[in-house]
Amino acid sequence: MKQIAVTVNGTRHEAEVEPRQLLVYFLREQLRLTGTNVGCDTSSCGSCTVLLDGESVKSCTLLAVQADGHEVTTIEGLADGDTYHPMQQAFHEHHALQCGFCTPGMVLAAVSYLKENPKPTEAEVRLALEGNLCRCTGYHNIVKAILAASGAEA
Amino acid sequence: MIPAEFEYEVAGSVDEAIELLGSREDAKLLAGGHSLIPAMKLRIARPGTLVDIGRIAGLSYVREDGDGIAIGALTRHQDVATSELLREHCGIVAHTAGEIGDPQVRHRGTIGGSVSHGDPASDLPGVLLTLDAELVATGPGGERRIAAADFFTGVFETALGPQDVLTEIRVPSLGGAGWAYLKFSRRAQDWATVGVAAVASNGGAKVGLVSMGATPLRASAVEQALASGADAAAAAEHADEGAEPSSDVAGSADYRRHLVRVLTRRALEQALSG
Ligand SMILES: Cc1cc2nc3c(=O)[nH]c(=O)nc-3n(C[C@H](O)[C@H](O)[C@H](O)COP(=O)(O)OP(=O)(O)OC[C@H]3O[C@@H](n4cnc5c(N)ncnc54)[C@H](O)[C@@H]3O)c2cc1C
Ligand code: FES
Ligand code: FES
Repeated sequence: MKQIAVTVNGTRHEAEVEPRQLLVYFLREQLRLTGTNVGCDTSSCGSCTVLLDGESVKSCTLLAVQADGHEVTTIEGLADGDTYHPMQQAFHEHHALQCGFCTPGMVLAAVSYLKENPKPTEAEVRLALEGNLCRCTGYHNIVKAILAASGAEA
Repeated sequence: MIPAEFEYEVAGSVDEAIELLGSREDAKLLAGGHSLIPAMKLRIARPGTLVDIGRIAGLSYVREDGDGIAIGALTRHQDVATSELLREHCGIVAHTAGEIGDPQVRHRGTIGGSVSHGDPASDLPGVLLTLDAELVATGPGGERRIAAADFFTGVFETALGPQDVLTEIRVPSLGGAGWAYLKFSRRAQDWATVGVAAVASNGGAKVGLVSMGATPLRASAVEQALASGADAAAAAEHADEGAEPSSDVAGSADYRRHLVRVLTRRALEQALSG
């Protein structure tokens, strides 16, 4: 077992983990933050996306020990109290979710992307989502929501 | 899917990593983990110990060095793709790093991991071979430089010994030479079904191929045809000479032989007009 300290959604957690514990299961099973979903479990679908020090990563492809000393943001940590994060608000207003399974990963991937490219074109947004699959194929409204959150016209 | 049990050690320096590799049974380095962890989850890989080099300070950089550019082995694909220095002086490397996987993969995967893994479907090794890049490795006997042409020895096999750490990748400055890396894949985030790199040089071009055999390859027959005056279209007809592509879900060997000729023509047209 290894002792780790990870700051998740602003709260520091100290925990004992097996080295083989994946970050996503640490979040879901040890911290009970079940907003982060496991879809493919093979690094493809992006539904497990969280922010590591502000950047999107697939938490099914990270060991919890690799997050030791770092900051993780999950979908639970995005809103400011009762006020949605602008990206959550945009997803809500543009009906950018159907079953909602891919949504936490889509929102976090989009938050990370707008930090790298604050005013993307529609084509750029589509390319930036290459690591996130929506099994309901709701891509059009997801792209609209991200463009709206960026302040660009959809 | 959960990996099999292993011991986990954090290396604070390259020397410490080399020592840990030597003293532990069945130890493997962990960089970004984006080839190794998926393989461990599928239990294709079952290392006894993971030596995490991901926290070694000072192995992530892109800097001018002599008449070329030196890239630290732990530089992430994202940082290679967005490096101003590479974009200006060796744009093909930055461009290719941006074609790897997806943003999440590029936020974790490193250039050193891509090179050391020895996957013939990997993009950067084919480009580094085309550039005649140099790979710097440090082992128990000290540091040595390996030419890209001698580095990739087989499927998931390289010239690195069991206690070697790849520390730096050295690429030339291209000046104004034209270049292209064309990657054809079935889905946006996929590995290349076939990839072709071309860099204009001495009136002709250097050409490298991805996913056309057990290692990245130089398309020598294409390079020779160009040197003897053939145009891009005629030279590209030689692209699959000497290649031994395999058949898999992404495409049959015959399909790859066809595709590589098409992509080589397009890559040459792009590189030679640049
Ligand atoms: C969904 C997905 C899509 C991908 N798509 C592509 C793609 O399109 N094109 C592509 O080229 N790659 C692709 N990759 C692979 C990706 O580029 C990996 O980041 C890369 O192959 C390995 O780098 P890493 O830092 O993650 O290495 P790790 O996974 O940490 O290590 C890989 C291997 O290299 C060894 N190693 C690592 N660093 C060193 C070093 N400094 N010295 C010696 N040995 C070392 C390790 O021991 C291990 O054996 C993809 C990966 C995923 C998960
Ligand atoms: S569950 Fe992690 S990428 Fe699909
Ligand atoms: S909304 Fe159902 S998977 Fe995307």
